[in-house]
Amino acid sequence: MNDVIVIGAGPAGTACAKKLAENGFSVKVFDKRAEIGAPKRCGEGLSEASQQFVGRIPERCIAQKIKGARLYAPDGRYLDAILSEGGFVLERKVFDKWLAEEAAKAGATVQANTFISDIEKDTRGYFVGVKGEFLGNEFKEKAKVVVCATGAESPLRNKALGVFSKVNLIDSCLQYEMTNVDVVSDLIHIYLSSVLAPRGYVWVFPKGDHRANVGLGIIPQEKKPKAYLDEFLKLHPEISKGSILEVNAGCVPVGGMVKDMVANGFVLCGEAANHVNPIHGGGIKEAVMSGQMAADVIAECLKKNDVSKKALSKFNDIWWKERGDHLKRVEKLRETLEKLSDGDLNDLVDALKPEDIIEFARGAKLSVLAKVLMRKPRLVSIARHLL
Amino acid sequence: MTWSIENNRCLRCGGCVSVCPTAALELKDNVIYDEKLCTLCGICEKACPVEAIKVTTQ
Ligand SMILES: Cc1cc2nc3c(=O)[nH]c(=O)nc-3n(C[C@H](O)[C@H](O)[C@H](O)COP(=O)(O)OP(=O)(O)OC[C@H]3O[C@@H](n4cnc5c(N)ncnc54)[C@H](O)[C@@H]3O)c2cc1C
Repeated sequence: MNDVIVIGAGPAGTACAKKLAENGFSVKVFDKRAEIGAPKRCGEGLSEASQQFVGRIPERCIAQKIKGARLYAPDGRYLDAILSEGGFVLERKVFDKWLAEEAAKAGATVQANTFISDIEKDTRGYFVGVKGEFLGNEFKEKAKVVVCATGAESPLRNKALGVFSKVNLIDSCLQYEMTNVDVVSDLIHIYLSSVLAPRGYVWVFPKGDHRANVGLGIIPQEKKPKAYLDEFLKLHPEISKGSILEVNAGCVPVGGMVKDMVANGFVLCGEAANHVNPIHGGGIKEAVMSGQMAADVIAECLKKNDVSKKALSKFNDIWWKERGDHLKRVEKLRETLEKLSDGDLNDLVDALKPEDIIEFARGAKLSVLAKVLMRKPRLVSIARHLL
Repeated sequence: MTWSIENNRCLRCGGCVSVCPTAALELKDNVIYDEKLCTLCGICEKACPVEAIKVTTQ
């Protein structure tokens, strides 16, 4: 019997598996994808500081190094926020495989092309293993703990814990990976507009040599992301002149972090628990941190031979203390920003200083936003509301 | 009342699966639909980034 089975070889699953394997536990990771990391479902942006958790990222995983972000107001004016550390636009297909390699090198077994159809429970109500399929052969395998790191896209989290993403708390996204586009290549480009991208934003993340991920996420509604993306492209000939190399879609949770992520012999982590930064939809760093925190708790529980819900619930405590409370504040910030009209957003970008943007991305308190809004007469009433 | 998907529009992103309150959808090679679990609430249609899903209530 395995100590742990991890469903999903995304950043959450492989980070969790690596840490468990390093602690001497037997771990198997299954992923339904024929190729780990592909197709990508991501803008591929990651801050350099994330390496503190992810580890030192090899050059081959990096498409472009980034100095900072260019934030565009609806009227086209922009502000550059140059980060002290910078960031990357990754090659997720290579990056996710590297993370899986790291887990394997630490002693975990990783197996692609393996679809998990069900999680099995025993008569005591403990999760004890999975049912799956590898190259047409069905199999069952047992473990002391099952980790569900499937991302948001699996019904397993719902079957196990009744978790799903609320439709008003996802950004519905469409992205083209394009070539032959002309944008400043060492900045990521963020376009704000309540008209062009309601609730969300348009992003252009350069990947070097005139390649870029060009995408947008919006609150779900009748008018679909494709219509919005087409409108944006019409206004930007320097981008739309390019060719489309890939079409990527996805729905990323931007809120609704799960309160209770555990059951007897079972842990939910990463995007499967909606562990995503609610202001920009970045989920790679959160997935890795969530997977690692889960691993720490699971290791402790396995050592004590107690994988009950009660014992595993330490993961709830730790995650909420370390990440949840912070991300909840970020969610509040987003809720405020999404109410702003294009006129307000023009004023906001005008009032922002580069260091404010950096602070927002890190998850500043509402009072910081209030301070910025106070700089503009027409935004003062919104600021007062926040204080 | 029907649920339907146009597989030539679907990008296999799993967005519909992530919002389904009743675990009636699953993403394998295509989106798999479980009629027994579906309540035809239409949330998947709303989430879908590309108009691949249609839920009709007549
Ligand atoms: C359009 C878009 C753009 C984004 N841009 C960014 C960005 O720029 N930066 C950023 O940090 N984040 C971004 N994100 C979010 C980020 O991609 C995710 O939050 C992150 O990948 C979550 O990691 P994870 O390991 O939790 O899940 P995932 O990366 O989704 O991995 C889950 C894995 O589980 C597997 N799986 C699922 N079900 C099963 C099953 N039944 N059996 C076996 N395997 C299964 C899947 O195949 C998958 O490989 C973006 C998301 C979207 C949709």
